[in-house]
Amino acid sequence: MPAALVNVPPKARRGAVIEIKTLMSHVMEPGYRHTAAGEVVPRDIITSFTCRFNGAEIFRADLFPAIAANPFLSFFTTASESGKFEFEWIGDNGFVATASAAITVE
Amino acid sequence: MRPQALLAAALLGMALPVLAGEIAPSGRRSGYDFMSADSKAMQDDDTANPAMLSVLEGETLWTTKAGAADKSCSDCHGAVDVSMKGVAARYPAFSAASAAPVDLGQRVNLCRRQHQEADPFAPESRELLALTALIAKQSRGMPITAGGDPRLASSVARGRELFVQRQGQLNLACANCHDDNWDKHLAGSAITQGQPTGYPIYRLEWQGMGSLQRRLRGCMTGIRAQAFDFDAPDMIALELYLMSRAHGMTMDAPAVRP
Repeated sequence: MPAALVNVPPKARRGAVIEIKTLMSHVMEPGYRHTAAGEVVPRDIITSFTCRFNGAEIFRADLFPAIAANPFLSFFTTASESGKFEFEWIGDNGFVATASAAITVE
Repeated sequence: MRPQALLAAALLGMALPVLAGEIAPSGRRSGYDFMSADSKAMQDDDTANPAMLSVLEGETLWTTKAGAADKSCSDCHGAVDVSMKGVAARYPAFSAASAAPVDLGQRVNLCRRQHQEADPFAPESRELLALTALIAKQSRGMPITAGGDPRLASSVARGRELFVQRQGQLNLACANCHDDNWDKHLAGSAITQGQPTGYPIYRLEWQGMGSLQRRLRGCMTGIRAQAFDFDAPDMIALELYLMSRAHGMTMDAPAVRP
């Protein structure tokens, strides 16, 4: 059951630099562990994070082993116009989770 | 060193009590106070605190119907922020049915068995931690009141006994570190007073959530003692003593700890 925490300021002045913070829950399996029978437990991690603003991609991160079980990503952008941020996490085994947040620029 | 100085040192050593004893209420400090600025910032921001992911999961479970009775927590208790306000601050509490104290996790499982007619959650399971994290969050900022019930007096006393009982290959009691040496460090880490203000916690070392019982078992393994079983009567008594020892301290659950 993926749960995401997203922090986007609801309001900002035009041209202001704003910080966006995201935290995603994910039951990580690093891919280095073995079962009692000696078989490798398949890797299960989040591999990609994308943030789009009004449809245009503004931030992307590729994730690799040994980053975090529940990746916390924080980044900055400039508030240009009102609109909607869309966040997408993609991972192994077909994992997809999305979240969105709106901002009013005045 | 001259003989007089040696004598003075010996006398000073004798004058110091073997056990410094309980921490005065004004000197009580939460584990939060011992953390780095970065860890404090992580706990203070609800969108950065990883324990809030567990709370989110708890919110879903709170309204999910379960068991043969096909009831959810909210069917009986309503809104969690109203009905569960301050509840975690008074647990472990006395259960009349078993004539013994039960902690928050056990209380959730009692509800599951009796009212939802469902299988209880395993100790430290994701679901149990999620529900207790959600309930504990409703006591944030409230003073701890557990242990005040006179029916719990014998259990609190038993917990105190366990707290000062030396155990394990290192032959240490909880009190040796957490009453007498909490202002010092063990290797690079602060020892802390062991005040249970924020459980269940997201512990950075675990990269996950855990209850007070898990934390206590970690300490017992650390002193190379046989860890108490989950939900054992002595485990609950120790939890209860720790909560009564933290009487009046402010809850900061669900907390982040290093």
